[in-house]
Amino acid sequence: MLAANFLLLAAVLFCIGVFGVIARRNAVLVLMSIELILNAVNLNFVAFAIMNDNIDGHVFALFVIAIAAAEVGVGLAMVLMIYRNRRSIALDELSEMKG
Amino acid sequence: MTAFLLAVDDVNVAQNVAFGIIAAVMIFAALNVVTTKNVVHAALWLVTVLAGVAAQYILAAAEFVAVSQVMVYIGAVMVLFLFGIMLTRAQIGSEEGLNNKGWALGIPVALLLFGLMAFSILDTYGDDTLPARTDVGGFATEGIADQVLSPYLVPFIAVSFVLLAAAIGAIVLARKD
Repeated sequence: MLAANFLLLAAVLFCIGVFGVIARRNAVLVLMSIELILNAVNLNFVAFAIMNDNIDGHVFALFVIAIAAAEVGVGLAMVLMIYRNRRSIALDELSEMKG
Repeated sequence: MTAFLLAVDDVNVAQNVAFGIIAAVMIFAALNVVTTKNVVHAALWLVTVLAGVAAQYILAAAEFVAVSQVMVYIGAVMVLFLFGIMLTRAQIGSEEGLNNKGWALGIPVALLLFGLMAFSILDTYGDDTLPARTDVGGFATEGIADQVLSPYLVPFIAVSFVLLAAAIGAIVLARKD
Protein backbone atom coordinates (compact mmCIF):
# COMPACT_ATOMS: atom_id res chain seq x y z
CA MET A 1 0.00 0.00 0.00
CA LEU A 2 1.35 3.40 -0.93
CA ALA A 3 2.16 5.78 1.89
CA ALA A 4 0.84 8.70 -0.14
CA ASN A 5 -2.70 7.22 0.00
CA PHE A 6 -3.11 8.02 3.68
CA LEU A 7 -1.32 11.34 3.41
CA LEU A 8 -3.45 12.50 0.47
CA LEU A 9 -6.68 11.48 2.20
CA ALA A 10 -5.57 13.44 5.26
CA ALA A 11 -4.74 16.44 3.06
CA VAL A 12 -8.22 16.32 1.48
CA LEU A 13 -9.89 16.17 4.92
CA PHE A 14 -7.68 19.01 6.18
CA CYS A 15 -8.58 21.25 3.23
CA ILE A 16 -12.30 20.51 3.58
CA GLY A 17 -12.00 21.46 7.26
CA VAL A 18 -10.20 24.70 6.39
CA PHE A 19 -12.95 25.51 3.89
CA GLY A 20 -15.55 24.87 6.61
CA VAL A 21 -13.78 27.17 9.08
CA ILE A 22 -13.64 29.95 6.48
CA ALA A 23 -17.13 29.51 5.03
CA ARG A 24 -19.31 28.74 8.04
CA ARG A 25 -21.00 31.41 10.14
CA ASN A 26 -22.58 29.14 12.76
CA ALA A 27 -20.16 28.58 15.67
CA VAL A 28 -21.12 24.89 16.15
CA LEU A 29 -20.40 24.18 12.47
CA VAL A 30 -17.00 25.87 12.79
CA LEU A 31 -16.21 23.57 15.74
CA MET A 32 -17.20 20.57 13.58
CA SER A 33 -14.82 21.74 10.84
CA ILE A 34 -12.05 21.97 13.44
CA GLU A 35 -12.79 18.33 14.32
CA LEU A 36 -12.26 17.45 10.65
CA ILE A 37 -8.86 19.16 10.73
CA LEU A 38 -7.80 17.36 13.92
CA ASN A 39 -8.83 14.00 12.46
CA ALA A 40 -6.75 14.67 9.36
CA VAL A 41 -3.74 15.30 11.59
CA ASN A 42 -4.40 12.08 13.52
CA LEU A 43 -4.58 10.11 10.28
CA ASN A 44 -1.16 11.50 9.36
CA PHE A 45 0.28 10.51 12.74
CA VAL A 46 -0.92 6.92 12.35
CA ALA A 47 0.30 6.74 8.75
CA PHE A 48 3.76 7.95 9.76
CA ALA A 49 3.80 5.49 12.66
CA ILE A 50 3.34 2.54 10.31
CA MET A 51 5.69 4.08 7.75
CA ASN A 52 8.56 4.45 10.20
CA ASP A 53 7.70 1.34 12.21
CA ASN A 54 7.55 3.43 15.38
CA ILE A 55 4.74 3.41 17.92
CA ASP A 56 5.17 7.08 18.92
CA GLY A 57 2.69 8.18 16.25
CA HIS A 58 -0.07 6.20 17.96
CA VAL A 59 0.76 7.80 21.30
CA PHE A 60 0.60 11.28 19.78
CA ALA A 61 -2.71 10.44 18.09
CA LEU A 62 -4.13 9.47 21.49
CA PHE A 63 -2.88 12.75 22.99
CA VAL A 64 -4.53 14.68 20.14
CA ILE A 65 -7.80 12.82 20.73
CA ALA A 66 -7.72 13.75 24.44
CA ILE A 67 -6.95 17.41 23.75
CA ALA A 68 -9.67 17.53 21.06
CA ALA A 69 -12.23 16.23 23.56
CA ALA A 70 -11.23 18.96 26.04
CA GLU A 71 -11.36 21.58 23.27
CA VAL A 72 -14.88 20.59 22.21
CA GLY A 73 -16.11 20.70 25.80
CA VAL A 74 -14.78 24.19 26.46
CA GLY A 75 -15.74 25.43 22.99
CA LEU A 76 -19.34 24.30 23.27
CA ALA A 77 -19.59 25.80 26.77
CA MET A 78 -18.42 29.13 25.31
CA VAL A 79 -20.93 28.82 22.47
CA LEU A 80 -23.72 28.18 24.98
CA MET A 81 -22.69 31.24 26.99
CA ILE A 82 -22.62 33.42 23.87
CA TYR A 83 -26.04 32.09 22.87
CA ARG A 84 -27.43 32.82 26.32
CA ASN A 85 -26.16 36.40 26.24
CA ARG A 86 -26.97 37.29 22.63
CA ARG A 87 -29.63 34.76 21.41
CA SER A 88 -27.42 34.12 18.37
CA ILE A 89 -24.26 32.16 17.59
CA ALA A 90 -23.45 33.89 14.28
CA LEU A 91 -19.73 34.54 14.43
CA ASP A 92 -19.76 37.69 12.29
CA GLU A 93 -22.00 39.44 14.84
CA LEU A 94 -19.38 39.08 17.62
CA SER A 95 -17.67 42.35 16.78
CA GLU A 96 -17.63 44.31 20.05
CA MET A 97 -13.85 44.07 20.33
CA LYS A 98 -13.25 45.24 16.77
CA GLY A 99 -11.11 48.39 16.80
CA MET B 1 -5.95 10.74 -7.88
CA THR B 2 -6.69 7.84 -5.57
CA ALA B 3 -7.65 5.59 -8.50
CA PHE B 4 -4.33 6.39 -10.13
CA LEU B 5 -2.46 5.54 -6.96
CA LEU B 6 -4.37 2.29 -6.60
CA ALA B 7 -3.63 1.28 -10.18
CA VAL B 8 0.12 1.64 -9.86
CA ASP B 9 0.26 -0.24 -6.59
CA ASP B 10 -0.18 -4.00 -6.43
CA VAL B 11 1.24 -4.60 -2.98
CA ASN B 12 -1.92 -5.48 -1.11
CA VAL B 13 -5.03 -5.38 -3.26
CA ALA B 14 -7.67 -6.04 -0.60
CA GLN B 15 -6.27 -3.31 1.66
CA ASN B 16 -6.21 -0.88 -1.26
CA VAL B 17 -9.81 -1.61 -2.28
CA ALA B 18 -11.03 -1.16 1.30
CA PHE B 19 -9.02 2.03 1.60
CA GLY B 20 -10.50 3.44 -1.61
CA ILE B 21 -14.11 2.70 -0.69
CA ILE B 22 -13.78 4.11 2.83
CA ALA B 23 -11.87 7.15 1.56
CA ALA B 24 -14.57 7.94 -1.02
CA VAL B 25 -17.31 7.71 1.62
CA MET B 26 -15.27 9.89 3.99
CA ILE B 27 -14.64 12.62 1.42
CA PHE B 28 -18.31 12.67 0.37
CA ALA B 29 -19.42 12.89 4.00
CA ALA B 30 -16.86 15.60 4.82
CA LEU B 31 -18.06 17.70 1.88
CA ASN B 32 -21.60 17.31 3.19
CA VAL B 33 -20.50 18.45 6.67
CA VAL B 34 -19.28 21.78 5.31
CA THR B 35 -22.07 22.34 2.74
CA THR B 36 -25.34 21.06 4.22
CA LYS B 37 -27.99 23.56 5.30
CA ASN B 38 -29.16 21.51 8.28
CA VAL B 39 -27.01 21.61 11.41
CA VAL B 40 -28.23 18.24 12.72
CA HIS B 41 -27.46 16.62 9.36
CA ALA B 42 -23.98 18.13 9.51
CA ALA B 43 -23.45 16.43 12.88
CA LEU B 44 -24.64 13.08 11.49
CA TRP B 45 -22.38 13.38 8.42
CA LEU B 46 -19.53 14.12 10.82
CA VAL B 47 -20.29 10.78 12.51
CA THR B 48 -19.75 9.12 9.11
CA VAL B 49 -16.39 10.83 8.69
CA LEU B 50 -15.26 9.88 12.20
CA ALA B 51 -16.31 6.25 11.71
CA GLY B 52 -14.40 6.23 8.41
CA VAL B 53 -11.30 7.53 10.18
CA ALA B 54 -11.66 4.71 12.74
CA ALA B 55 -11.87 2.20 9.88
CA GLN B 56 -8.72 3.66 8.33
CA TYR B 57 -6.94 3.25 11.68
CA ILE B 58 -7.84 -0.43 11.65
CA LEU B 59 -6.48 -0.69 8.09
CA ALA B 60 -3.27 0.93 9.36
CA ALA B 61 -3.04 -1.64 12.19
CA ALA B 62 -3.76 0.93 14.91
CA GLU B 63 -6.51 -0.90 16.73
CA PHE B 64 -6.18 0.88 20.08
CA VAL B 65 -6.39 4.30 18.43
CA ALA B 66 -9.40 3.08 16.43
CA VAL B 67 -11.27 1.98 19.55
CA SER B 68 -10.38 5.26 21.29
CA GLN B 69 -11.64 7.14 18.24
CA VAL B 70 -14.99 5.33 18.36
CA MET B 71 -15.42 5.80 22.11
CA VAL B 72 -14.23 9.40 22.40
CA TYR B 73 -15.42 10.93 19.14
CA ILE B 74 -18.51 8.97 18.16
CA GLY B 75 -19.51 8.27 21.76
CA ALA B 76 -18.70 11.45 23.64
CA VAL B 77 -17.93 14.33 21.29
CA MET B 78 -20.98 13.74 19.08
CA VAL B 79 -23.28 13.72 22.12
CA LEU B 80 -21.74 17.05 23.13
CA PHE B 81 -22.31 18.42 19.63
CA LEU B 82 -25.93 17.28 19.54
CA PHE B 83 -26.54 18.84 22.97
CA GLY B 84 -24.88 22.04 21.75
CA ILE B 85 -27.10 22.12 18.65
CA MET B 86 -30.26 21.45 20.65
CA LEU B 87 -29.43 24.11 23.26
CA THR B 88 -28.51 26.84 20.77
CA ARG B 89 -31.26 26.70 18.17
CA ALA B 90 -35.02 26.52 18.22
CA GLN B 91 -35.93 25.27 14.77
CA ILE B 92 -35.43 21.75 13.47
CA GLY B 93 -34.92 21.52 9.73
CA SER B 94 -32.99 23.38 7.10
CA GLU B 95 -31.89 26.88 7.92
CA GLU B 96 -30.58 29.90 6.03
CA GLY B 97 -27.63 32.02 7.07
CA LEU B 98 -25.28 29.23 8.09
CA ASN B 99 -22.58 30.55 5.78
CA ASN B 100 -20.66 33.81 5.78
CA LYS B 101 -21.24 36.36 3.07
CA GLY B 102 -17.78 35.76 1.64
CA TRP B 103 -17.94 31.97 1.89
CA ALA B 104 -16.88 31.44 -1.75
CA LEU B 105 -13.44 32.77 -0.79
CA GLY B 106 -12.88 29.49 1.04
CA ILE B 107 -12.94 27.46 -2.21
CA PRO B 108 -9.76 28.92 -3.79
CA VAL B 109 -8.02 28.90 -0.40
CA ALA B 110 -8.81 25.21 0.14
CA LEU B 111 -7.90 24.25 -3.44
CA LEU B 112 -4.61 26.15 -3.27
CA LEU B 113 -3.75 24.56 0.06
CA PHE B 114 -4.59 21.10 -1.27
CA GLY B 115 -2.53 21.65 -4.40
CA LEU B 116 0.46 22.66 -2.33
CA MET B 117 0.13 19.74 0.06
CA ALA B 118 -0.55 17.18 -2.69
CA PHE B 119 2.49 18.38 -4.62
CA SER B 120 4.78 18.15 -1.61
CA ILE B 121 3.38 14.75 -0.52
CA LEU B 122 3.72 13.22 -3.99
CA ASP B 123 7.14 14.78 -4.41
CA THR B 124 8.40 13.37 -1.10
CA TYR B 125 6.50 10.10 -0.60
CA GLY B 126 5.21 9.43 -4.11
CA ASP B 127 6.83 6.01 -4.48
CA ASP B 128 7.12 4.90 -0.85
CA THR B 129 5.12 1.84 0.07
CA LEU B 130 3.96 1.01 3.55
CA PRO B 131 5.53 -2.15 4.97
CA ALA B 132 3.10 -5.03 4.77
CA ARG B 133 3.97 -6.49 8.17
CA THR B 134 5.53 -4.36 10.85
CA ASP B 135 6.30 -4.63 14.51
CA VAL B 136 3.90 -1.74 15.08
CA GLY B 137 1.00 -3.82 13.83
CA GLY B 138 0.04 -6.79 15.94
CA PHE B 139 1.38 -5.59 19.27
CA ALA B 140 0.39 -1.94 18.95
CA THR B 141 -1.50 -1.78 22.24
CA GLU B 142 1.39 -3.27 24.18
CA GLY B 143 3.78 -0.79 22.56
CA ILE B 144 1.49 2.13 23.38
CA ALA B 145 1.35 1.04 27.02
CA ASP B 146 5.16 0.81 27.16
CA GLN B 147 5.57 4.25 25.64
CA VAL B 148 2.82 6.04 27.60
CA LEU B 149 3.85 4.69 30.98
CA SER B 150 7.59 5.26 30.69
CA PRO B 151 8.90 8.00 28.33
CA TYR B 152 5.58 9.83 27.93
CA LEU B 153 4.49 9.58 31.57
CA VAL B 154 4.82 13.30 32.34
CA PRO B 155 2.84 14.41 29.24
CA PHE B 156 0.26 11.76 30.10
CA ILE B 157 -0.23 13.18 33.59
CA ALA B 158 -0.31 16.69 32.11
CA VAL B 159 -3.11 15.61 29.75
CA SER B 160 -5.12 14.38 32.71
CA PHE B 161 -4.78 17.81 34.32
CA VAL B 162 -5.79 19.47 31.04
CA LEU B 163 -8.92 17.32 30.94
CA LEU B 164 -9.71 18.20 34.56
CA ALA B 165 -9.24 21.90 33.86
CA ALA B 166 -11.40 21.65 30.73
CA ALA B 167 -14.19 19.90 32.62
CA ILE B 168 -14.16 22.48 35.42
CA GLY B 169 -13.92 25.31 32.90
CA ALA B 170 -16.86 24.01 30.90
CA ILE B 171 -18.97 23.75 34.05
CA VAL B 172 -18.02 27.27 35.14
CA LEU B 173 -18.72 28.72 31.68
CA ALA B 174 -22.05 26.98 31.13
CA ARG B 175 -23.41 27.55 34.65
CA LYS B 176 -26.71 29.45 34.73
CA ASP B 177 -26.10 31.86 37.64
